[in-house]
Amino acid sequence: MTPSTPRPADPAPVLAIEDLRIRFVTRDGAVRAVNGLSLSVGRGETLGIVGESGSGKSQTFLAAMGLLARNARVEGSIRFEGREMIGAGPRALNAVRGKRMTMIFQDPMTSLTPHMRIGRQLTEVLEHHEGLSREAARARAVEMLELARIPDARARLASYPHEFSGGMRQRVMIALALLTNPALVIADEPTTALDVTVQAQILALLARMTASGETSVILISHDLGVIAGLCDRVVVMYAGEVMEEGPAEALFANPQHPYTRGLLRSVPRLDRAGGDLVPIAGQPPDLEALPPGCPFAPRCPHVFDRCHTEHPALRPAAAVPSWRKACHLDGFETPPQREGA
Amino acid sequence: MRETLLEVSDLRVHFPVRGQGLFARPRPLRAVDGVSFTVHAGETLGIVGESGSGKSTIARAILRLNTPTGGRVVWLGTDIARLSEHALRPLRRDLQIIFQDPLASLDPRMTVGDIVAEPLTVAEPELTREARRERVAAMLDLVGLSPQMVNRYPHEFSGGQCQRIGIARAMVVRPRLVLCDEAVSSLDVSIQAQIINLLKRLQREMGLSLIFISHDLSVVRHISDRILVLYLGRVMELGPAERVIGLAHHPYTAALISAVPVPDPAVERGRPRLLLEGEIPSPLDPPSGCVFRTRCPKAQARCAAEVPALVPRGTDEAHLAACHFPNI
Repeated sequence: MTPSTPRPADPAPVLAIEDLRIRFVTRDGAVRAVNGLSLSVGRGETLGIVGESGSGKSQTFLAAMGLLARNARVEGSIRFEGREMIGAGPRALNAVRGKRMTMIFQDPMTSLTPHMRIGRQLTEVLEHHEGLSREAARARAVEMLELARIPDARARLASYPHEFSGGMRQRVMIALALLTNPALVIADEPTTALDVTVQAQILALLARMTASGETSVILISHDLGVIAGLCDRVVVMYAGEVMEEGPAEALFANPQHPYTRGLLRSVPRLDRAGGDLVPIAGQPPDLEALPPGCPFAPRCPHVFDRCHTEHPALRPAAAVPSWRKACHLDGFETPPQREGA
Repeated sequence: MRETLLEVSDLRVHFPVRGQGLFARPRPLRAVDGVSFTVHAGETLGIVGESGSGKSTIARAILRLNTPTGGRVVWLGTDIARLSEHALRPLRRDLQIIFQDPLASLDPRMTVGDIVAEPLTVAEPELTREARRERVAAMLDLVGLSPQMVNRYPHEFSGGQCQRIGIARAMVVRPRLVLCDEAVSSLDVSIQAQIINLLKRLQREMGLSLIFISHDLSVVRHISDRILVLYLGRVMELGPAERVIGLAHHPYTAALISAVPVPDPAVERGRPRLLLEGEIPSPLDPPSGCVFRTRCPKAQARCAAEVPALVPRGTDEAHLAACHFPNI
């Protein structure tokens, strides 16, 4: 996992999300999945999105792709390469999706078409989006599968998805996602279904295949270790909001939001012996009944009166301008310690 | 040496799989193929392995949810691999299991109180209703649930709370050994840490032994006294947790450790990676000799010809590895 060198924030981000709100209207009421979220991704940047279930991390980027469920109500703005994606019609979306912006899902078995040969799934994209001839598309497909280290790539074009192992399917998925040299690839838990030795292969492949810097990557994961290995910058989400964002190395070393600190103290680390884990108290947030103030307030060990009444806005968390947090607390000077560690 | 509760020797669990073709003979799927280990009183044995390594099958064989094809499962001196269902019954309260999916393992039509009380009615039928209710309330309190919740149903609880209910159900009969089969794997990290701490506390307070089965080596290291590394139904390495992680003898253990990401960019980016090629082979057709040899960077001719024995390879008699060319 070679990290790309951190690049300065591009003045024109590839993707810019402003005050995004997503509600799902159900019989029992409204589920507030995303609540005023803003973030942007620079050109060539690898941005990590960390969050637990229900944090809104997947829904945010499904909204960018125009793939939300029908009962979703979306407000705010998602601009991709300068174009507004919210409210865009199928034509406008299809000109972008699968070409300039692509997605890698957790389970390639359900995201590849089961009754279509791999070769056709790859060449179709090239013929449709790039106008390549069948022959040229085939040659490019073989080239991509070889880059993704699929053994015997030319022969495997005739295989169906079920004839591949889980790891090989995810390689095919990565080849497919990068086929059109997109500006942005969104990888949503790309290795969560894989064994750890195969995960290491796939993460190395993703890093290598996007190392040229032409493609920005959004890596969504619940696994802090996966994010730590690959990302330039990290956004930590909770209850559909950004809690903290900043440069990966600094943020992991000295997180400034109590939730980020809590997360890092909750995970056992293989490189460290002993010490008790310090869990975050309480239960995950109820998205149908979020508190008026900070959504993390009910579980926060540093909570004070203001947290219950006033919703905290994102503000600078440290001297680094790109490091921000949504917290009323002034900050932490020392890194979080595990008890007994 | 502490008392040995469980001694598993040369355990084999094979499943017949229909062959290809109409008259083909069924072939054995070797899910567990000659596994041996012991569990002492009060200790936690971690079993780690990737999918298809046989870790859940071992748990199910110990509890006789699967019938072992061969080998012995000796519980306090009695081989329970061959006991009749009837003879097994009194032992069942000593051996409990906690499953991965907390909601799926609880009966949706039973109240939490009934779910936790059910094993008690079987194990201690002499208890009065009042005494039973008290035990259930005390147990719920111990796992961090309010005893007022007894009349609620599983779907009213979050995943972490359901796992607490599953733990209460397993522990209420005061077992001596609890098998945790991916018991925290479906939980978010903040909740996972709560459950890990709960298991450690209960183990201490109740003096019980745990077999903690997981694919997550970081969690296994955190909770275990000893670690058993499993690959394709065989034990690759077994030893004290700190030694197995710090001084891995087996090339598979070393590769597994190197593949586990550490949540710290400063550490994670500087680590050398031993990337394994390929994926785990089919247990229908395991490689000859050492089952890991097809992916092993150190494999030689001998590895295909000869199955390596699980023996001490370093200075510690308790640290075993099954490898012809261990890292020592």
